[in-house]
Amino acid sequence: MSHETLAVSLFLLFVAGTLLITVWASRHTKDATDFYAGGRSFTGVQNGMAIGGDYMSAASFLGIAGLIALYGYDGFLYSIGFLVAWLVALLLVAELLRNSGRFTMADVLAFRMSPRPVRTAAGVSTIAVSIFYLLAQMVGAGALVALLFGFTSEFAKAATIALVGALMIVYVVFGGMKGTTWVQIVKAVLLMGGATLVTVLVLGKFGFNLSTLLRDAADQSGKGGAFLEPGLRYATEAQGLAGKLDLISLGLALVLGTAGLPHILIRFYTVPTARDARKSVLWGIGIIGSFYLLTLVLGFGAAALVGTKEIAAANPAGNTAAPQLAERVGELVFGEAGGTILLAIIAAVAFATILAVVAGLTLASSSSFAHDLYAHVFKKGKATERDEVRVARIAALVIGAVAIVLGIFAQRLNVAFLVALAFAVAASGNLPAILYSLFWKRFNTAGAVSAIYGGLGAALFLVIFSPVVSGSEKALFTGADFSWFPLENPGIVSIPFGFLCGWLGTMLSKESNPAKYAEIEVRSLTGAGAEKATHH
Amino acid sequence: MAIDRQAGGTVYERFQSSTEFQELRRRFRRFAFPMTAAFLAWYLLYVVLSGWARGFMGTKIVGEINVALVFGLLQFVSTFLIAWLYSRHAERSLDPIADGLRTAVESDGEVEKP
Repeated sequence: MSHETLAVSLFLLFVAGTLLITVWASRHTKDATDFYAGGRSFTGVQNGMAIGGDYMSAASFLGIAGLIALYGYDGFLYSIGFLVAWLVALLLVAELLRNSGRFTMADVLAFRMSPRPVRTAAGVSTIAVSIFYLLAQMVGAGALVALLFGFTSEFAKAATIALVGALMIVYVVFGGMKGTTWVQIVKAVLLMGGATLVTVLVLGKFGFNLSTLLRDAADQSGKGGAFLEPGLRYATEAQGLAGKLDLISLGLALVLGTAGLPHILIRFYTVPTARDARKSVLWGIGIIGSFYLLTLVLGFGAAALVGTKEIAAANPAGNTAAPQLAERVGELVFGEAGGTILLAIIAAVAFATILAVVAGLTLASSSSFAHDLYAHVFKKGKATERDEVRVARIAALVIGAVAIVLGIFAQRLNVAFLVALAFAVAASGNLPAILYSLFWKRFNTAGAVSAIYGGLGAALFLVIFSPVVSGSEKALFTGADFSWFPLENPGIVSIPFGFLCGWLGTMLSKESNPAKYAEIEVRSLTGAGAEKATHH
Repeated sequence: MAIDRQAGGTVYERFQSSTEFQELRRRFRRFAFPMTAAFLAWYLLYVVLSGWARGFMGTKIVGEINVALVFGLLQFVSTFLIAWLYSRHAERSLDPIADGLRTAVESDGEVEKP
């Protein structure tokens, strides 16, 4: 049996399993709390695993392993930002959000402000961030199928994107948060299992000596000692000061963006209490941290055993480093059949990874559309729960369809920057609005609206005029050059700008409501009046 | 749980100004705010050194293991450590007060039921 047949079989097994879960979940999804928040009945451990499943995207798994395999140490910089970011969520956001919100990020903002403008802004930002992220994952899926299964035709790529999109729509429309959460839990187990297996085999080849592994990786990379130091990918000598500032800009977006990502925030609503939200973040940190340590070995292992040249030849971004490593180490340890089997496993896991993440993104954006825009802005809070859930399902279908079409059109474009952009927007617009809402008494509607639109607008504006959109070989539009902003990542400007807009908007408006602040402060810290879990 | 019923404002404002709540908020903020500043500074130091102090980061410590790798791994260690410290702090110093206040607020006749 070829690895393609085996990988497709394993993947179909995953699909069959997750569809069964979806059928089960749809039978247990009766009201809005079930659809948006899984009935708030997941345990801290389950939600911690789902957090891992939601967060460890293809960009983390294939992307970081690939970055390390091609550029050495610099790939590691990315994973550290992704991990440290969880402390912001743990210390400042998770529990307070669980106590004061219901279904979406906007619930916390609308708590003490004029609901319509604030929900409109939060809904726009949620959908924008989710679509950017979604698009990057969809295009990634199309590229992956070509690399893993040898389907190079445009049609095969488009069909893969459509298939991934159709599955994510099914998970969300029928399974809601319950189905999506279980898909993410299953994926987290498979991903951790697959990554651990390959890591152990790789370390075994080097007698469990990290230093030997690093030496071989440095030798095989052709770059010597520099491969183990920062500077080959980010802030290279040739880039000068702009490169160094870009590195800080990226670091800021990664570390501050996570706690503003809508698909991450809604995960905190799926548990019964704030204490369970805390526990789920602790488990999430454990799982995600361990995973990034594994990717460190996978990346350097791929450089050492496969070789940087061979990896770059298969995919210039290194996205197939992990699957290539799985095949090589399988061959070295178990012979040819072992390589085939291991490659198939990792390829199937990569697809499961993409599916779980895109389902989470679709759910976050359709929830926000139905709960924030439809129920509270269009219907002014007069929609019934039934109606809201129906709209959420239709929204999931529409957003999924839009993502499929955009994904197919964007497949020849370089959209890798979209993940970093999603983090930058989340850090620049959403995070200031959330933090000010929870901790600043004076904060008001004008402040919230200014922070979100200011942060979102600044990040988008700067990226449009950055080298990732035009004026470089790797740009979105290679034929044009209208770039003047020297950095690829807008965070270093747009994050302070978002915070500044929130402050300025607040100060320029006379609105102030100390009684409502007292309520959100008491409720967020004590859990009084917090939404309870439902039991059926 | 004693709140001053004669004081003005809403029920939540009266609970907000109670000594128990003030203590809860003080304990929460006194841990969360400086710790956030500390780990952000520690992380930024790492990023800045990766950009500007290449020679230092490339210094080998044992075998092929250099300062950059150890510094990066220390970010993992500090993240795990801070997460554990916070959960211990919350369980010991925050949860008991929060539980008492929540019961008091929820059993207060003047609070609207959600």
